[in-house]
Amino acid sequence: MSVPSVSIEKGLDPESQEQDYVHTIYNEIASHFSQTRYKPWPIVEKFLKSRLDYSVGIDVGCGNGKYLGINEKLFIIGTDRSDGLIECAQGISSNYNVGVADGLNLPHPDNSLDFAISIAVIHHFATEERRIEAIAHILSKIKSGGEFLIYCWALEQENSRRGYKEGDDQDILIPWVLAKKQEKKPKQPRRRKQPSNEVVEKDDLKPELNVNETPENEPETKYRYYHLYKKGELVDNALRTKQCTIVEEGYEKDNWWVIVKKI
Amino acid sequence: MKFLTTNFVKCAVKGCQSSQESFPLKYEECQLVQEEQEYNPEFITHMLERLDWNAILKVAHDLGNDRLPPNKPENLDPIMEDDQAVLRDLHTLLLETQIVEGKMVCGNCEHIYYIKNSIPNFLLPPHLC
Repeated sequence: MSVPSVSIEKGLDPESQEQDYVHTIYNEIASHFSQTRYKPWPIVEKFLKSRLDYSVGIDVGCGNGKYLGINEKLFIIGTDRSDGLIECAQGISSNYNVGVADGLNLPHPDNSLDFAISIAVIHHFATEERRIEAIAHILSKIKSGGEFLIYCWALEQENSRRGYKEGDDQDILIPWVLAKKQEKKPKQPRRRKQPSNEVVEKDDLKPELNVNETPENEPETKYRYYHLYKKGELVDNALRTKQCTIVEEGYEKDNWWVIVKKI
Repeated sequence: MKFLTTNFVKCAVKGCQSSQESFPLKYEECQLVQEEQEYNPEFITHMLERLDWNAILKVAHDLGNDRLPPNKPENLDPIMEDDQAVLRDLHTLLLETQIVEGKMVCGNCEHIYYIKNSIPNFLLPPHLC
């Protein structure tokens, strides 16, 4: 039984909305969220493995850093707005290069990096203007000719559990069910979970009861804001930065993705 | 935060982007630890080509190391014994030297960023966004 998503009040201040429905929530769910994020998405893995050896890139919104160790011949700096998730990343591998940063104010020299990825991040910005600004800002950090892979959640996911489809509200709050109230400090995340054959979003699966948890702990639901991208919208947003051309685009497992090349 | 990272980060304030003073950041009151990393001479030679050596010198100086050559070592060959020693030293400096605590200060706007538990924090207060 899943908890349904709900619509979000219109006209909220974009920055407050991101603070209340993205930044705060990720810090609250960081430890639990991190445990569900260990399996790389195939398109992202392929992109990282096809970079030139010893190139330097950024992962904007790297979460627990699951893409930072995919290709050891790269130097990748991962940043995330959530210090809770960055602590998880650091706990998973002290070899990851991570920092806390805002996607609209990145701490890198302009035109300095070979590539960038931003996986399941841009859809958290509250307005289309800010989503385009985020893409433009990340592009400003990479060199001319450098490639940038963007991945955003799709509105069209009729065949999956959530069943969002064309015509549905694109701006929604997605529930995350926490088994119990989180301690202030995130627990040390597990290095690897058991290998799994499928990529699953565990967001609102009923939490498994752990024998170590006292049964009187009520599940707690936290809501994160998402803008669900409809067909063509991600490419449109990228082109509106006027800083890139489209290399490749596609749809994979409920997400739209695009690889753009900086002009 | 590895020493190498200091060559790819600068002040996050947009108005500082064009200032020469915002890169590299000034490193103050830093605590360092050496953490062993797998040695890959190819990685070092390739990184070396793209490093801003002046920035490396400045940060090394901030951290109390004035023993680096003033000019960037070039054409290092992992097969040559003399070059091997240089590559090993660079490996130790760039990848094994971790800044675990400290301050990073922008030379332009003087904003102070903190490194805690090896994690640099570049979030800006609202008035600098």
